[in-house]
Amino acid sequence: MPETTFVEAIAKTLATAMRADDRVIVLGEDVAEGGPYLATAGLADEFGRERVRNTPISEGAVCGVAIGAAQSGLRPVVEIMFIDFITLALDQLVNQAAKAHFMSGGQLSVPLVLRTQGGAGQRNGAQHSQSLEAWLTHVPGLKVVMPSCAADAAGLLQSAIDDPNPVVFVECKALYFRRETVPEPPEPVPIGRAKTLRPGKNLTIVALSRMVGEALEAADRLASKHGIEAEVIDPRTLVPLDLDTLAQSVKRTGRAIVAHEAVNAGGFGAELAAQLQAAAFDYLEAPIQRVGAPYTPVPVSPPLEDAYRPGAQEIEAAARVALDWGEYDAEPWEHGAIAAPQTTP
Amino acid sequence: MTPDSALDAEEAHELLRTMWRIRLFEERVGQLKRNLQVHGLIHLSIGGEGVAAAVCGQLRDDDAVYSGHRAHGHAIAKGAPINGVMAELMGRDSGLCHGVGGSMHLVDTGHGFMGATGVVGGNLPLALGTALTQHLKGTDQVTVAFFGDGAVQAGHFSESINLAALWELPLIFVCENNGMAEFTSREEHSTIERVSDVVAPYGFERTTVNGSDVPAVYDAFSRFLTEARKGKGPYLLECVTYRRRGHYEGDPEKYRDPVAEQEWAERDPLARMTERAIKQGWIDEATVNAIEREAAAEIEAAVAGARESPFPDPEIARSLVYA
Repeated sequence: MPETTFVEAIAKTLATAMRADDRVIVLGEDVAEGGPYLATAGLADEFGRERVRNTPISEGAVCGVAIGAAQSGLRPVVEIMFIDFITLALDQLVNQAAKAHFMSGGQLSVPLVLRTQGGAGQRNGAQHSQSLEAWLTHVPGLKVVMPSCAADAAGLLQSAIDDPNPVVFVECKALYFRRETVPEPPEPVPIGRAKTLRPGKNLTIVALSRMVGEALEAADRLASKHGIEAEVIDPRTLVPLDLDTLAQSVKRTGRAIVAHEAVNAGGFGAELAAQLQAAAFDYLEAPIQRVGAPYTPVPVSPPLEDAYRPGAQEIEAAARVALDWGEYDAEPWEHGAIAAPQTTP
Repeated sequence: MTPDSALDAEEAHELLRTMWRIRLFEERVGQLKRNLQVHGLIHLSIGGEGVAAAVCGQLRDDDAVYSGHRAHGHAIAKGAPINGVMAELMGRDSGLCHGVGGSMHLVDTGHGFMGATGVVGGNLPLALGTALTQHLKGTDQVTVAFFGDGAVQAGHFSESINLAALWELPLIFVCENNGMAEFTSREEHSTIERVSDVVAPYGFERTTVNGSDVPAVYDAFSRFLTEARKGKGPYLLECVTYRRRGHYEGDPEKYRDPVAEQEWAERDPLARMTERAIKQGWIDEATVNAIEREAAAEIEAAVAGARESPFPDPEIARSLVYA
């Protein structure tokens, strides 16, 4: 399989889609120049600057243009450079795109892909590092996709472009430049299907985006250090959610961890935990553990940001709590196994 | 009075017919709102019928129109069937959108009415998207975006005007400047009185007309439309109108003095157009009366039809979330 990167897989998939379908256009800030991460590199050369449109820094209107074009017959892929800037486009995304099909009684549909990227780790500070995907999962009418590797990104992006609904495609900047393999042509990945990356019988780790790799690392450590077999599942799509795959696993293992880089409070992990406990309550041996970021904005200072970002270590600690549940004579954080639960103000 | 309007008798007849249908529709909806038979926030366009009729009356079904929250007149003028609009406001299954959209979210794609929008200014970027589609396909279709002077202070307006000018889209912005943004007069919202002045630096063609002078609106729009059909744009047509009713039905309107009947008679586009059309010999009084009677009958039939239509099956809400 050819070696590539996440961003190359994105650019290549966009090019393939544009070659196959005249209706596909790409628009966003600097997209004709390739963008700061080169996810649209080369497209303007091949397809011209009419179909690969640089836009002013007007996230709200640009998102609206893409929605209007989508409901008029095009298949736009709009880029919001950082998910932090999606705040400026939320009226269009939430009030227009998500509801057009519904409010029109089915007359309109919005086959739109909004690509964006989030996540910390590059010292970009509190306004360029957030993980805001949970907001979008709260709005009926949007689909939310969050691939954790280049092959899934390619397969899911093609599915998102083909989908008749608005799909928010949340990438992770920290995954962009790893060397990965992607089959040629990429395998289609349907929206709404989870992937089990590692089978295991002792506990289930449900991880999103960058945390999938961290979960695999934690699973390796648990196996080598403790002989614990953790099953690692990537939902890949948050909306619609493949609850069945997740619940089947939790019913087998009896223990679950949900892990993402977003702040725990109000994070998608809370939704995962709620749905899993409802689907598999009688099978659970321990409360579902959540791994996420602390309740603060993302700091710049390197040691602070490194401490902020959850990773394999936090997943391993949460796994220990889930596995040892009931063996404590006090709360687990009193043993230093995990940090005390944070209350949100 | 504009002596040299391009209007002819047939067009004047059609304008009056559309204006009567909108006027009587809006008055009937006002009554139904007081009886709680239409639902939600209802914004009537009495006083603005001439703009809706003169603009939409020149468009084709395959031209697109976007509107805001005060949208009934635009939808009707663009060709949406009155029974479908009425049933939509009454929350019935035979409504344009099966009753799930309502007054602020009317859509009739078959007639190019791409949608009303409840968030002020939120329709403008969408209209750009449709105009971009027309531009990329190289058709002679145009898009019209209706908005009020209240939308001009919204961020979407500035972003959209800039983009439309930059990309030279076949888009005609039609501002109904009624001098009121919700409960507050324009001078409390902006130091710029004329919306056509707001967009002056962008360099595209713009004009301000008296929105109560229907032939003037017709002619000004006609000029822009001819150019937009060639793929040129954007254009901005500002129509100074008078909002006869409150911001919404039920608005106590404490913010303004009651209008003298004489002033309303001077600004009422329907009364002025009728007088003008008779004077010009475009129509006679008996025909105007017949138009009014026909419109009244059509609206009563729409109300009766909507009452007979069931409320939508609750399952429809779940089925419409995704395409």
